[in-house]
Amino acid sequence: MMRKRLWRILAGAAIWLVAILIRPDRQWIRLVLFLASYGIVGWDIVAKALRNIRHGNMLDENFLMSIATIGAFLIGEYSEGVAVMVFYQIGGLFQDYAVGKSRKSIADLMNIRPDYANVRRGEELTRVDPDEVRIGDTIVVKPGERIPLDGNVLEGSSQIDTSALTGESVPREVEAGSGILSGCVNLSGVLTVEVTTEYEESTVSKILDLVENASSRKSRSEQFITRFSQYYTPIVVGLAVLLAVIPPFLTGWTTFSGWLYRALSFLVISCPCALVLSIPLSFFGGIGGSSSQGILIKGGNYLEALARTEIMVFDKTGTLTKGVFHVQEIHPEGVSRQELLELAAYAESYSSHPISVSLKQAYGKEIDNSRILDAEEISGHGVRATVDGKKILAGNQKLMAQEGIPCSDAGMTGTVVHVAMDQTYIGYIRIADEVKEDSARAIKELKATPNIRRTVMLTGDNAQIASRVAEELGVDEVYSELLPADKVEKLEELFAEKSPKGKLAFVGDGINDAPVLARADIGIAMGGLGSDAAIEAADVVIMTDEPSRIVTAMKISKKTLKIANQNIVFAIGIKIVVLFLSAFGITTMWAAIFADVGVAVLAVLNALRALNVRGL
Amino acid sequence: MRKKFLLDGLGCANCAAKMERSIGKLDGVKQASVNFMTTKLTIEGEQEKMPSIVQEAENIIRKIEPDVVMKKA
Repeated sequence: MMRKRLWRILAGAAIWLVAILIRPDRQWIRLVLFLASYGIVGWDIVAKALRNIRHGNMLDENFLMSIATIGAFLIGEYSEGVAVMVFYQIGGLFQDYAVGKSRKSIADLMNIRPDYANVRRGEELTRVDPDEVRIGDTIVVKPGERIPLDGNVLEGSSQIDTSALTGESVPREVEAGSGILSGCVNLSGVLTVEVTTEYEESTVSKILDLVENASSRKSRSEQFITRFSQYYTPIVVGLAVLLAVIPPFLTGWTTFSGWLYRALSFLVISCPCALVLSIPLSFFGGIGGSSSQGILIKGGNYLEALARTEIMVFDKTGTLTKGVFHVQEIHPEGVSRQELLELAAYAESYSSHPISVSLKQAYGKEIDNSRILDAEEISGHGVRATVDGKKILAGNQKLMAQEGIPCSDAGMTGTVVHVAMDQTYIGYIRIADEVKEDSARAIKELKATPNIRRTVMLTGDNAQIASRVAEELGVDEVYSELLPADKVEKLEELFAEKSPKGKLAFVGDGINDAPVLARADIGIAMGGLGSDAAIEAADVVIMTDEPSRIVTAMKISKKTLKIANQNIVFAIGIKIVVLFLSAFGITTMWAAIFADVGVAVLAVLNALRALNVRGL
Repeated sequence: MRKKFLLDGLGCANCAAKMERSIGKLDGVKQASVNFMTTKLTIEGEQEKMPSIVQEAENIIRKIEPDVVMKKA
């Protein structure tokens, strides 16, 4: 198809060359040859133009190009009339090639859609569309196959490549009991998997949906281009008409063909194609590229905002720290160690807070729910429950203070859970969390980013732990002992400190900080892989647990924005310069052709760079 | 509700932009977007008006780029 077009253009161009070389006095032979080459090269454009006129589409690109070239013929500029059509077609060919190439790169990038699933029905294994698999079905994933649906491994062990979702190159080990996600590739062993979601709801569909829909949330550059292109063509065409009519009217109609030539050059430049093509492509490329690095950005607007972030606010637990707590110390008063741990674990058994999880883990035995009565979580303080008929309080110093029970955390690091039984203090359990390996590096690199003014950490933990972690990581500011509602309030205060154009981003784990994620200009959720809540709540989702990916995301967004701006300035700049020069008759239609298709091709090639995010 | 279509044969970015603008102005449409790179059209609009919206959208597309075929995606 493309080759055929190329041959057609070359054939037309060859006839055109012959026509130029023929002696000028052979007027009519030249005219016939020019018309023949024009017909060969441009018939499809003229045909489309005629068809579009029937549809009432006067400002169509084909129509304007036909008018420009036929007009050139009418004023005797045969050679240029054909040349404009030839180069317009060659440019179009290049443009289609570049678009085809970028469509392919994007398709490759999003080539995580599974084609089939091997379902076990009875004894037989059938290959079906992932759409047809139901929850509870058993599927078999062989080595080398893409995991079609989310599920739990029933049998087998293997290594899986999660790089398509996370950008992480180290394979993950899975065995019976592990959860696996669609879109990953099974590397070594055969896995038998029980399906837990339908295809529509699976991780892979959600990610693809998100990336595809990202183009509907437009950045300001894209909105500008949309508005610009709406007015650009009518204005340029209007100017062309004025240019053809007014000067000859004022200076005499003998100059008409000269002015018409200038006006026709205007028509050649009247398509905003370079812009409408390359700007959305840059943003789409940036978003696609970041998704290959395990960073999902929900729209061009967020990509743009990310590049303008001035204040980066982090939640501590689960974001900068691992959020995995381990019991470090059990300090009973008046009861045995085992009793203290047991009561604390029972009291906290209904809570899913990481602290409670670590207590249950340390206790290590089954929880007998019949021993617990009315457990109640007191947000930001702890829990109150009745265990074996005794009133148990487990929580921080504030909870104890509220109940008038004396205790103290002085000098202790980590989170301290104080326990009281029937209003009597019976000791504390100290639990500590570790910072993530790359947290310090992430903060350091963020601080080295020019537009980041400050890094802030918010936490519900006590001041002592908070400041120790902040110091270790090098965070500028820290606010501790905040209840979820306080975090929103703190964010409001921080908003006042950024510049009007600057943005504030909040990074959390997406589990219990939805209000804060929503309030920030950009809500970034960590560890999105397998967490629907995080994917829903945030504007940017980091699929892995690494805070350093935020730095990568910022770099990608800055690069994308830079490319988009380059293209806007370059395309509009060249067009305006050439329009100006054409109006004064300084240039020929050749420059106009360059300002149209040449610029479009260059802008698309530049935009393609946004797809390349490796090494950022 | 949101509906998605594949625009087979979409070849001109400016046309895509025009389609997006015109479809976005239809009665009952909350938002319309044409992604030139994936050649997908997404229409978000009122459920009751959807059949007429789709009909109108098809007309608009045929008018702007007659070679494009609108398919269910």
